[in-house]
Amino acid sequence: MGNILIFAEHSDGKVTKPTQIAITAAKQAAAVFGGECEAVVVGKGLDAAAADLAEYGLKVHVVDGDAFEHYLADATAAAVAHVAKSSGAEVVLATSTAVGKDLLPRVAALLDAGMATDVTDFEEGGAMQRPIFAGNVIATVEIAGSPKIVSVRATAFDPAAKGGSGSTEAVSFTPEGTKTKFVSFSETKSDRPVLTDASIVVSGGRALKSGENFKTVLEPLVDALGAAMGASRAAVDAGYVPNDLQVGQTGKVVAPNLYVAVGISGAIQHLAGMKDSKVIVAINKDEEAPIFQVADYGLVADLFKAVPEMTEEVKKVRAG
Amino acid sequence: MKILVTVKRVPDYNAIIKVKGDGSGIVTENLKYVVNPFDEIAVEEALRIKATVSGAEVVLVSVGSKSAAEQLRTGLAMGADRAVLVTSDDELDSLGVAKVLHKVATDEGAGRVLMGKLAIEDDANQTGQMLAALLDWPQATFASKVESLESDEEKKGVPGIAISGESAQVVREVDGGLETIETALPAVITVDLRLNVPRYASLPGIMKARKKELKELAAGDLGIDLAPKVKVTKLSPPPERQAGRKVESVEELVKALHDEAKAI
Ligand SMILES: Cc1cc2nc3c(=O)[nH]c(=O)nc-3n(C[C@H](O)[C@H](O)[C@H](O)COP(=O)(O)OP(=O)(O)OC[C@H]3O[C@@H](n4cnc5c(N)ncnc54)[C@H](O)[C@@H]3O)c2cc1C
Repeated sequence: MGNILIFAEHSDGKVTKPTQIAITAAKQAAAVFGGECEAVVVGKGLDAAAADLAEYGLKVHVVDGDAFEHYLADATAAAVAHVAKSSGAEVVLATSTAVGKDLLPRVAALLDAGMATDVTDFEEGGAMQRPIFAGNVIATVEIAGSPKIVSVRATAFDPAAKGGSGSTEAVSFTPEGTKTKFVSFSETKSDRPVLTDASIVVSGGRALKSGENFKTVLEPLVDALGAAMGASRAAVDAGYVPNDLQVGQTGKVVAPNLYVAVGISGAIQHLAGMKDSKVIVAINKDEEAPIFQVADYGLVADLFKAVPEMTEEVKKVRAG
Repeated sequence: MKILVTVKRVPDYNAIIKVKGDGSGIVTENLKYVVNPFDEIAVEEALRIKATVSGAEVVLVSVGSKSAAEQLRTGLAMGADRAVLVTSDDELDSLGVAKVLHKVATDEGAGRVLMGKLAIEDDANQTGQMLAALLDWPQATFASKVESLESDEEKKGVPGIAISGESAQVVREVDGGLETIETALPAVITVDLRLNVPRYASLPGIMKARKKELKELAAGDLGIDLAPKVKVTKLSPPPERQAGRKVESVEELVKALHDEAKAI
């Protein structure tokens, strides 16, 4: 019986939250498919990251080399496929981050394997559930043959805690001439919580009308709540806020404790990214807006009046 | 230089999708079908690139039912040169589609493949990356650009993917910001929403499209094993979320969030 091989992402010598989530999902996969959970980590200068990963009780395959200084799909996929073969993996699993989405299908094709994207649950017998049609349908899928490639949805699993005894093993692998090159990364800088990690998210829509209004009207509420800021596609397309803030089918999927949608109509593509939030608040001047159909608390109001008021009320409540 | 662009037939993104009572599929009566919105962006980008390269040809390809000819005609009406429809009566998985595209790309001698990053029905986001691996080509997924969709560059129809000689610079939408990579060509590039605003087909475009070549092939005749590894065994509706209540004032809202929902 093969093992469950987790593709681990890391940053600053530590395992990232999506990887902790993948570890939890892998344990559920192991309960269904059998085998042990192992991990593969790919990069340059991996001693710290590999040691951190082993503390989750995993055997870690470490592919360290100059070719992996920056994540690039062709080199990394070749390395992961190599380890999947040499370790006899039954399942190769990662969280659906931008890297996971880019990487895993390439690994699948290299291994002539079937893949399921955005899995939210593993069933007895090996069937998996995944949302399709922007979350309007749940599909039950089965993958025939081995290995099986699985990406999991971050909001469906809790991050794993450290524990158990692990080990690291260096893998020597050099990819054949990579054809891509990293040029630059322009980071969306923010002192606020990361959108996909935050327990409160406040998102603004087209109704904000400008980047300036995001700053002067929405951001004070975001900060009063200690929240992360999100946005609809319309707001991002118009250039009011960076791409990275888009919530929805094709943006980030979030499930915070509290989601506040301000001047967002509630198109299915937007709902796909936030309807699993615990408590949803909608502020919209149109009482017919579809967002109210998923909101626990709806306020029909002009946001330019309601949001500054809410900021003040929140400050009062927070001050105790 | 041939640019191959995929065009998938999918239900309209505005449609309310319902699952059949027995979970065997979705209700298709009265469903309107369109070109997958991401593929439309890929077609637009290919046309913009073609405008900057002499002798370039834009070839569309769709893998699916015979009805996908309608979506290929839409792409032809936007300005693509010709189209290939690979029909399959059996349900293919992403890897199967990638294998068909591999064959078409090879037979056509395509120099670049542009595709939507995902199709809005199965939301799989797999085929482009799989095709790149099968071709042993590099990939640049989630192509976007720095300028906003309301910028002057966009209005002028400047391509977002910068091609120079045998390489391309691609700005990618990734977690935490925008990444730029350089890829050797040929390559598979999958596109994201912010790459461009696709043109509408003009009336003369629609007239011309009727006369453009649309070649039909049967997937079964290609001599590739397409038996799907991934099988959908059941569809079900997602858990319903109950609408809550309307509050009358900001004060009531904040009080409810604090006292009742304990969310702040
Ligand atoms: C392939 C595809 C993928 C997509 N992916 C996504 C995605 O990932 N995420 C996403 O968000 N969208 C996505 N969309 C777009 C989606 O369909 C909607 O167009 C978008 O979500 C609308 O954004 P919005 O709600 O901000 O704008 P609108 O729909 O224009 O809504 C604005 C709302 O603001 C309200 N309003 C206006 N003025 C005020 C005011 N002064 N005070 C209070 N309320 C006011 C209006 O009543 C309205 O309800 C996608 C679309 C496609 C085709």
